[in-house]
Amino acid sequence: MTRIQKEASKESLLINMGPSHPAMHGTIRIMLELDGEVVRNSEVEVGYLHRGFEKTCEHKTYFNLLPYTDRLNYVSPLINNLGYVMTMEKMLEIEAPERAQYIRVIMSEFSRVSDHLTALAAMTMECGAFTVFLYYIQAREEIWNFIEQTTGARMTTSYIRIGGVRADLHPDFKGLMDKAMKVTRRVLKDVKGLLDKNKIWIDRTRDIAVVNPEMAVNYGFTGPCLRASGVSYDVRKAHPYLVYDQLEFEVPLGDKGDNFDRYMVRMKEMEQSLRIIEQAVEKMPDSASRAGLMVKGIEPDEAIKASRSKKAEERVNLSPNLQGSEKDVRPDILVKGKKYTVPPKEDTYTNIEGLINHFKFFMSGHGIRPPKGDVYFSVEGGNGELGFYIVSDGTDNPYRLHLRAPCLHIVSALEEMIKGHYIADIIPTFGSTNMIGGELDR
Amino acid sequence: MGKIKPRAYYRETLNGGFIATKINYMLGWGRKYSLFHYPFITACCGMEYMSAACAHWDFDRFGAGMTTFSPRQADMLFVVGTISQKEAPVLKTVYDQMCEPNWVIACGACAVSGGIYDNYAVVQGIDKIIPVDVYIPGCPPRPETILNAIEKLQEKIQHQKQDWQWKIKK
Repeated sequence: MTRIQKEASKESLLINMGPSHPAMHGTIRIMLELDGEVVRNSEVEVGYLHRGFEKTCEHKTYFNLLPYTDRLNYVSPLINNLGYVMTMEKMLEIEAPERAQYIRVIMSEFSRVSDHLTALAAMTMECGAFTVFLYYIQAREEIWNFIEQTTGARMTTSYIRIGGVRADLHPDFKGLMDKAMKVTRRVLKDVKGLLDKNKIWIDRTRDIAVVNPEMAVNYGFTGPCLRASGVSYDVRKAHPYLVYDQLEFEVPLGDKGDNFDRYMVRMKEMEQSLRIIEQAVEKMPDSASRAGLMVKGIEPDEAIKASRSKKAEERVNLSPNLQGSEKDVRPDILVKGKKYTVPPKEDTYTNIEGLINHFKFFMSGHGIRPPKGDVYFSVEGGNGELGFYIVSDGTDNPYRLHLRAPCLHIVSALEEMIKGHYIADIIPTFGSTNMIGGELDR
Repeated sequence: MGKIKPRAYYRETLNGGFIATKINYMLGWGRKYSLFHYPFITACCGMEYMSAACAHWDFDRFGAGMTTFSPRQADMLFVVGTISQKEAPVLKTVYDQMCEPNWVIACGACAVSGGIYDNYAVVQGIDKIIPVDVYIPGCPPRPETILNAIEKLQEKIQHQKQDWQWKIKK
């Protein structure tokens, strides 16, 4: 007997929604107590995507657990990488080089756009606006193309590493980036035209699931959902990290806190994100490779062959996607010190010290070992404040790792949000919370 | 020679004769291009599934664009993403509700084998619960891989021995 079964009155109808329901994203179950079509009471059950993230991380080294963070909020994996990595950097007391910080800003803003695009795409599709869904995904596809060009993966990138980023931006990144921005802007304009004054859309979202500022703060809302209620809190403004304090952007706010405001805030935030990206690209310092300081070197297989007889000194050419391991680019994108980063591949393959460094970095008990203590750090994720709390006992794997997932707090308010509304209103409400299973259930 | 028993005669022809193979071929052709699928989406791979379903990659070109959210009307179960121990009974229920003939695609490393989640919470591959026809590797698989899997399944359906209502069962 669940809570709602005990509490339900005899006249009302109990109905089950999810977890295998198109609008429940496969990972949530809502038990509804209905009076006709009106939801009298409900019970939300989470945990259908519990994958043991936190416990698994305790058995991984600090370097190895990075891929697990990709799969938390899988629509914006780069922000999750960033959250974890920034927490580790706070613990290790290191700071990424300036160029790496700008690259991080560009990447995380693109991720935010892709997150909002997907959230709104799902929300609109479930309301029946299939055209809008196709438009949104088209824009997301262009963004992922850009991300893939630099990081080598569309979604699960593991690109942002402790001490910097894995690789420099692709030499021709501007082409795809401009295209992604152009397509996204066009899509936003089209969608605005399709939805903003659309009677059906407004009827389904206006004044539904109103969250007033007090309720939002009490439940621990963050991100677009909190800002839709009119509370101006953005981690990027409140506790600036990276180079956000040097970039100009606004924090869009809603006035009522209903579904329409949550949609509006996301739309406006995407525009702001694109604005941030434009500024970041302009302000980003040039790397050695782009300033033409780098000389052409020899091919990797030749370098390995040459190293068999004598110590190799020449520069090795690597493919653009592997630039992170090119020695000359490393100072621009990774911190100094062999303790925190993977040693350059040229050294690993051509001399014995490099090989030893490489082994020492990956050997259990010898990798990144932060000092004893605990640390919390949060970044502005797609859904809100994404915080990592890590306790270190001085070894190379965390003693405890906790994730402050933004959507847990939002989903916990879902019961109150849908109370007194129709069944059909559950769908846009649930869509506007942007529940992401990986992050919610961990 | 005695009298030919008609029943035995038809049984023989229908199972290997000219008409039977042609019916078999035609049914296979029909079934492979009208895969109504039930997307059982739980996790990350769902994002790539969305990409594959949308205008960019568009698996509707292979006749698999029709999404039904009722397992009773679906031919193909698309298991996309991690199946946790809590989700497993739900997946089994959904599969049991599907009518024959049905096919299952396991999409992504988690559905195939548990993937990187080798722990207490995750089912180590959905083939522990339900039979699987096509496995798609990748964490997550690219949309091209998903399209390839659909082609592979179509090939399989075409060459399968089809089941039809009026066929005489042995």
